[in-house]
Amino acid sequence: MYEGALADLIEELGRLPGIGPKGAQRIAFHILSADTHDIDKLADALKRVKQLVRVCEICFNVSEEDRCRICRDPRRTDENICVVEESKDVIAVERTGEFRGRYHVLGGAINPLEGIGPDNLRIRELMTRLQAGETKELILATDPNTEGEATATYLALLVKPMGITVSRLASGLPVGGDLEYADEITLGRAFEGRRVLD
Amino acid sequence: MRRRLFRDDAVVLRVQKLGEADHIVSMIGRRHGRMRAVAKGVRKTTSKFGARLEPFGHIDLQLVEGRNLHIVSQVEGIDLYGRRIAEDYAAYTAASAISETAERLTPIEGEPSLRLFQLTLGALRVLADREHPPALILDSYMLRGMHDAGWAPILVACAICGLKGDHRAFSIPAGGCVCRDCRPAGSAHPSPSALELMRALAVGDWKRAKDSVVGVRKEASGLIAAHLQWHLERDLRSLSYVERS
Ligand SMILES: [Zn+2]
Ligand SMILES: [Zn+2]
Repeated sequence: MYEGALADLIEELGRLPGIGPKGAQRIAFHILSADTHDIDKLADALKRVKQLVRVCEICFNVSEEDRCRICRDPRRTDENICVVEESKDVIAVERTGEFRGRYHVLGGAINPLEGIGPDNLRIRELMTRLQAGETKELILATDPNTEGEATATYLALLVKPMGITVSRLASGLPVGGDLEYADEITLGRAFEGRRVLD
Repeated sequence: MRRRLFRDDAVVLRVQKLGEADHIVSMIGRRHGRMRAVAKGVRKTTSKFGARLEPFGHIDLQLVEGRNLHIVSQVEGIDLYGRRIAEDYAAYTAASAISETAERLTPIEGEPSLRLFQLTLGALRVLADREHPPALILDSYMLRGMHDAGWAPILVACAICGLKGDHRAFSIPAGGCVCRDCRPAGSAHPSPSALELMRALAVGDWKRAKDSVVGVRKEASGLIAAHLQWHLERDLRSLSYVERS
């Protein structure tokens, strides 16, 4: 088939999520025929994102600084902390415009079948944050699927004895779906109608 | 070539993300044994499709046969245990270990295994119904699953000479309890109550099983897990996360 640089590019593109062998080939030929200046910009963006973007030292959301934009914002407080699985979910909740607190990104959900236990997520870091005593409500916005529910159950068990109100997004989100795909109206409603776990 | 459609009821063992919006669902069917199928678009849609294909549920489904992966074309929920199990963390970790055990005990896809299907369904139901402590349900499931596979630990006779009785020594390579005369070097000497608990779990004597204390339960589950993993020739990933309190 193809060889050398072109074959390498097709192979690398094919590793990306959502891109099959045909898609990889199409993108590779697009790159080949595109303006050199445009491709330099793309290559530069790829390099910069790896150099500059890391995770916030407080909430583990993606950030270009030690602390992310939300953790730096003085109008927001740790009084309400919203726990999500991934950085993508922060964007989803932000889009609803319902939430003025801060976030904590776990880095996934507890899934013993995949070898992910509580110690593999940023749960210890969350507990440290809560021990500062500023937080009144912890909102569990893990995905509306079995792993997300189980992770919420685990966190509620851990946090409730600290005297912090623990709430879970209202039902109405499509079960089995990813939080990031929920539209902002449905997610906003689920946020507003969140129930306190007791 | 027209692809065959077939129907079965099944227990969902595991769900993994595929691409941007799909899931790969691993399950054990009543008639078709272990199978894997793609559920398209379930992570993006607002239909009930995704909810029915969550782990630990009992479902009725129609599949399009594929060479490696089938495709889910229709699904109805019979009893969706996932949510109730996820509300109890210990039950969730036990259900995960049950699923992994079911997968390992059915190495060949498409090979019918009615007993294991029934056993798995029954175990998930009692977990969801909070009938017994989750870790005991898991241990009982493992013992019975091994029994169906033909290598349950022998508990009421010597595994080597067949002499009946409640022998005190236990040897995994020998296949269970061993008498004084037969016991190989390196045999374990568990407490009599741990072996007693294993006998109760193997026959589903819950009253006797629930009388046991935590230390004894840990001892028994250690032996059961070691026996299972020795025969599977591999470790179960989910076992170390099981909550046993
Ligand atoms: Zn932050
Ligand atoms: Zn003997």
